[in-house]
Amino acid sequence: MCLGVPGRVERIDPNALGFATGIVSFGGIRKEICLAYVPEVKVGDYVLVHVGFALSTIDEAEAAAMFEDLAQLGELEGLDAQEPR
Amino acid sequence: MKFVDEYRQEPEVHCVLEALKRVAIHPWTIMEICGGQTHTLLRSGIDRMLPETVTIVHGPGCPVCVTPLEQIDRAIAIARRPGTIFASFGDMLRVPGSGTDLLAVKANGGDVRIVYSPLDAVKLASANPDREVVFFAVGFETTAPANAMAVWQAFHGGVRNFSILSSHVLVPPAMEAILGSPENRIQGFLAAGHVCTVMGYEEYEPIAARYRVPIVVTGFEPLDLMQGLFMTVASLEAGRIGVENQYSRSVRREGNPEARRMIDEVFEVCDRPWRGIGVIPKSGYRLRPAYAAHDALTRFDVAGISAVESPLCIAGTIMQGIKKPGECAAFGGRCTPEHPLGAPMVSSEGACAAYHRYGRTA
Repeated sequence: MCLGVPGRVERIDPNALGFATGIVSFGGIRKEICLAYVPEVKVGDYVLVHVGFALSTIDEAEAAAMFEDLAQLGELEGLDAQEPR
Repeated sequence: MKFVDEYRQEPEVHCVLEALKRVAIHPWTIMEICGGQTHTLLRSGIDRMLPETVTIVHGPGCPVCVTPLEQIDRAIAIARRPGTIFASFGDMLRVPGSGTDLLAVKANGGDVRIVYSPLDAVKLASANPDREVVFFAVGFETTAPANAMAVWQAFHGGVRNFSILSSHVLVPPAMEAILGSPENRIQGFLAAGHVCTVMGYEEYEPIAARYRVPIVVTGFEPLDLMQGLFMTVASLEAGRIGVENQYSRSVRREGNPEARRMIDEVFEVCDRPWRGIGVIPKSGYRLRPAYAAHDALTRFDVAGISAVESPLCIAGTIMQGIKKPGECAAFGGRCTPEHPLGAPMVSSEGACAAYHRYGRTA
């Protein structure tokens, strides 16, 4: 039920009620998504989408930092996993 | 897909598993709240990779599972009304009420429709002004901004034939109910990352302090879960209490202020019964009086419906982490996904359905 899927914002349109909607691509599948709760969002950002609503803009720096922490666990010899793929 | 695939790589998951094994010394029991996390844990086999000293138990974070029987019966009573379109997320349709389920109502001619978003239900109401359109608003805090927006849009857009049957539930009061129970055996929690994306994690800090537990806000992919478990075990071994955030790419301490504002505009906190568990004070959302015209509970006079649970189903004990699905006498015999006694065997997020699907009998 609390499923959230990350997707890339491709277009932003203000709607009749004053809330932005937009087109978000999920690995090539495009859907109209309500962007009212992510007023900071820009085209090209990734958002976390739940039942047609973007609930957060994904923080790419935080995501990268987690993989850096992972590298520091000292078990990644030969994995070359420092960068998110 | 970016932000999905890189969290499903086995080498990285095993790297964190090895780190967890290095720090895990004492026996610990950890609960993941969210049913989506339950399924990832079992699907990816994380539950079988962990050292024997680390036990994970599955919490009540399945809205389909905790929606009370009488609320299902109310939904069915509304869906049967002539001239009504009853809209719902798909996973509510097979949940057994006292006598039947919504899918059977649909098979018998009721106009029951599966929608992807509550806004689709508002669109249905706009397109069918001569019909009553009722949306079954189940969910945790994650879903509340969407359902609040649907009501807000209907109210301000003059869509008078739209209403919701609210069965919203909240995570922190359920955690407190579990931690405060004399039967509690949970020593640390994985908090649900999408609930916290909306609400933040400030309200978990006093819970962590009061019950002296570590709480780690955790995402939904295998690597997220393994890392959340590692952080929880590391905290337990070090005697640290408090809230940590594994899912920082989506969760900020204050949550999403815009979404919280809309929830607060439309909903107010109320006591709510949880299926199998009972009434938990201040654990749900109902519509504020200003939006009462969109409340299906009063609009269709179904508030008086009551129901009695099957005595064979131990769903409440399972959702509080006291027993595992395999310990239920009905599991896999009298209760299967095809013929469920209780909701956790039906829902895609239910612990019993997960154990059945992935062959865990103990």
